[in-house]
Amino acid sequence: MLSAPNLDYELLAPIMIILGGALIGVLIEAFAKPAWRARLQLVISLAAIVISFNQLVRVRNDGSSIAAVTSVSVDGAGMFLQGAILIFAFLGILVIADQDNFAPQASALPGSAEEAAAIQAGKQQTEVFPLTMFAVAGMMLFPVATDYITLFVALEVLSLPLYLMAGLSRRRRLLSQEAALKYFLLGAYSSAFFLFGAALLYGYSGTISLNGLTDAIRGNTGNDVFLLLGIIFLSVGLLFKVGAVPFHSWKPDVYQGAPTPITGFMAAATKAAAFGATLRIFYLGLDAAQTSWKPFIAVISVITMIVGSLAAISQRDMKRMLAYSSIAHAGFVLTAIVSLSENALSASLFYLFAYGVATIGAFAIITIVRDSAGEVSDVNRWIGLGKKSPLVASVFSLFLLSFAGIPLTSGFVGKFSIFSAAYESGNIMLVVVGVLSSAIAVFFYLRVILMLFFTDATNDSISVVIPSILTRISISISAIFTIILGIAPSLLFDIAQDFAYFLR
Amino acid sequence: MSILTSLLLLPLFGALVVGFLPASNAKLVKQVALAFSLLVALVSIVMALSFDRNNSAMQFTEVRTWISAFNINYAVGIDGMALVLILMTTILVPVVFLAGWNESENGRWNVKVFYILLLILETMMIGVFSATDVFLFYVIFEAMLLPVYFLIGGYGSGERAAAAMKFLLYSLFGGLLMLAAVIGLYIISVNQGGATFDIARLSQLSIDSTTQNWLFLGFFIAFAIKAPLWPFHTWLPTAATSATAGTSTLLLGVLDKVGTYGMIRFCMSFFPDATKTFTPAIITLAVISILYGAFLAIGQKDINSLIAFTSISHFGFITLGIFALTSQSLTGAIFYMVNHGFGTAALFLTAGWMIKRRGSSQIADFGGLQRVAPVLAWSFFIAGLSALALPGLSSFVSEFLVLLGAFAKYPVAAILGTLGIILAALYVLLAVQRAIHGETPASSAGISDLNLREKIAIAPVIAILVLLGFYPKPALEVINPTTQTIMTNAGVSDPAAKVVK
Repeated sequence: MLSAPNLDYELLAPIMIILGGALIGVLIEAFAKPAWRARLQLVISLAAIVISFNQLVRVRNDGSSIAAVTSVSVDGAGMFLQGAILIFAFLGILVIADQDNFAPQASALPGSAEEAAAIQAGKQQTEVFPLTMFAVAGMMLFPVATDYITLFVALEVLSLPLYLMAGLSRRRRLLSQEAALKYFLLGAYSSAFFLFGAALLYGYSGTISLNGLTDAIRGNTGNDVFLLLGIIFLSVGLLFKVGAVPFHSWKPDVYQGAPTPITGFMAAATKAAAFGATLRIFYLGLDAAQTSWKPFIAVISVITMIVGSLAAISQRDMKRMLAYSSIAHAGFVLTAIVSLSENALSASLFYLFAYGVATIGAFAIITIVRDSAGEVSDVNRWIGLGKKSPLVASVFSLFLLSFAGIPLTSGFVGKFSIFSAAYESGNIMLVVVGVLSSAIAVFFYLRVILMLFFTDATNDSISVVIPSILTRISISISAIFTIILGIAPSLLFDIAQDFAYFLR
Repeated sequence: MSILTSLLLLPLFGALVVGFLPASNAKLVKQVALAFSLLVALVSIVMALSFDRNNSAMQFTEVRTWISAFNINYAVGIDGMALVLILMTTILVPVVFLAGWNESENGRWNVKVFYILLLILETMMIGVFSATDVFLFYVIFEAMLLPVYFLIGGYGSGERAAAAMKFLLYSLFGGLLMLAAVIGLYIISVNQGGATFDIARLSQLSIDSTTQNWLFLGFFIAFAIKAPLWPFHTWLPTAATSATAGTSTLLLGVLDKVGTYGMIRFCMSFFPDATKTFTPAIITLAVISILYGAFLAIGQKDINSLIAFTSISHFGFITLGIFALTSQSLTGAIFYMVNHGFGTAALFLTAGWMIKRRGSSQIADFGGLQRVAPVLAWSFFIAGLSALALPGLSSFVSEFLVLLGAFAKYPVAAILGTLGIILAALYVLLAVQRAIHGETPASSAGISDLNLREKIAIAPVIAILVLLGFYPKPALEVINPTTQTIMTNAGVSDPAAKVVK
């Protein structure tokens, strides 16, 4: 007889609320008047996020490894990242709500009469809201999934909407569509790797759960060839998502081509989700086989830090530069995986949050620096912005300083805690490489600050549009987080420490 | 809240008040900023009067938990060395405000921003000398670069953006090396059972010699860039020529002292074995700095870069004194840090007035200044004499102590260092001769003498140089206990005097 699966609805509710919000969003698209859609969608999305976050806070002490039979383990690290993703989604949607960034009718060919007609008719892109919500649901599931099937489903649920969203840019639409296609093709490729790795690990352990994998490794029952190949293929799939070198090539193109609010949201939230799953797989499932994968991940971490920092120097596009900086930051978090300790886990939780918030803020600012043809992402055209809009330039510099890890910003505390965890676990080489690549990275962040403040503008064609109140709120919250977590990091760090555990 | 914390917060509060003043009223902004800096100076003097000079322990201490996860505290306290450096800072800031009353008006931003940056910088300068928690020290050490960066880049002249960038990159690079060493030290304390960033407790760790060497280098290179010691000095001349006179004064007079201060406070007390290992190499670098700085100073045509190179030479003396590790040379080095602060201030400020009046910073463009502007010319002359360590001025006492102490252990280095004195006489007197003596060319005839504000600004600096030159006892008495503590920590004693029987 088949018995009904035992589901812990309280713990699954945060994800379900988001999915519910997404479904309501779809219904709004079908039934609401076009004029009302944008506003309704915004309210529903934000409400769902707030309710979901509230539910998450309510159940924060009831972690369980059998939230959905053995497929979902809602534990400390999982809940922390779910909360972080919800906050990213909240901040991200506030920026996404500025309709000016999206193509009114994504299906119309770039430059076609159909597109012109859609613009003429004042159509608005509102499907982006339910798409975002579906992606958020996938992102929340990814770090708490504990078997390969659930992991794969979560991976696809989070990725598919993002592929679409990357192609929605209102301006430079060909670039945007190219980005979407690249993202989709390479993403599908990496999903295949992930699945292949999962299949090999299933062949090794005879079970799809991470717990079963650990037992198999401890019991040394399987064929080690399957284990090693499985680890490699699974890692490739995950490393693609976090954007580690040499699986990073999609990142600059997608970051540049995607509509900027989407880039910001994606950079923050996808990274948190993907690292959540990566941390779980390596800390929980593959912990017992650490001698076989540590050197591999350590090497990836080193080249990711170095290549990310070096390549960022030569970038002339602000979004591409931040893409490479994001790659370098992925390298820093990878050191935490190699460190494999509780301190490293709490450090990476803090880091992912601090980095994500600053990223959303930085991309939100890029959306408001525009000329007559839309936003300006060419670094050289930002020259002299500090004179024109000191406040915007200062806040943008704040985010850059946080990326650079200058003290009194959240980025510094994140970097410090990650490095000290790496040092503690004996990976001193990683700390040295991390420090050197930080030194390289400092150079290009500072160069931008220098351009903003110390160089006179040669043309006056760019301007800072007065941001909508929503964008303004998003930027302000990001900036406040960045400063507060730099001055009083204990506020979040203590929480990160309490939540730095995985349940088996 | 201890008086030290109040002293730290006062300039910050001043920056906040200035922030609320109307930007259009530049005069009010300046007056309020000056009032705050004078108040800070007053509080620091009150603090100094209640300082117990016979007590070698940290005084006015205060500890509050900051980041509990890493056992990081807001921990402050001062000993004699920190006290004299803080006093130097709090006296120099109002002097700089007064001396450069109008130098903020040609910047990229308004006057208000200039004074906010300077007041924030003052809090950080006091904080960096009073931190007794390594993490707190590091945070301030790095964060204080930003106000200076904006002061050079926003209010300087010439290639200011490039100079600011070069300054910041050098310093941040050193800072990152130090960060790795700080983390290493922390992890060692974790492994030895007590996670801490407290300077006193970190000094008691037992660290094997290889680790000591690496961590020592992490700290030392950061401080050598800051100080700056040859070959880490190349950022200094560009920064000094581009910054305003006031910023240069604080940069070389105070901020660079953090480098030599750090060598004493951190390198020596944390890593006594490594200190011994590296001493010969560092003494060599110090001697090279003394001679290199002096030789290049002779050839400089620009007044500001001349002062910058003299400073490189003087930092060589300070480093020599520190690492010779005798009580005389160390006391001399700490005293030298104070004297160099005031001496450099006198040089940069008088040079700044000359440059502003003449519109050129080339020494060759001046001449016969004493005929048209005698007070300015004589102030510059006295500042120059201080740089060459003329007896009767305070720098003589410190330079003498450094060389005397160093001679007992490293006679060759001391003798080569003495060459630096001779070269100093050459570069100072040549510059003075070209600038203020001789015929007054027509182009310099219109140079006006110092006004009352400028006289008030330079008077205390010169007074201190002369007073401490004739009566250095109060300063030396405050510094001595620190010297003894450091010597004991490092496990060295003075070489026995050769007694002839």
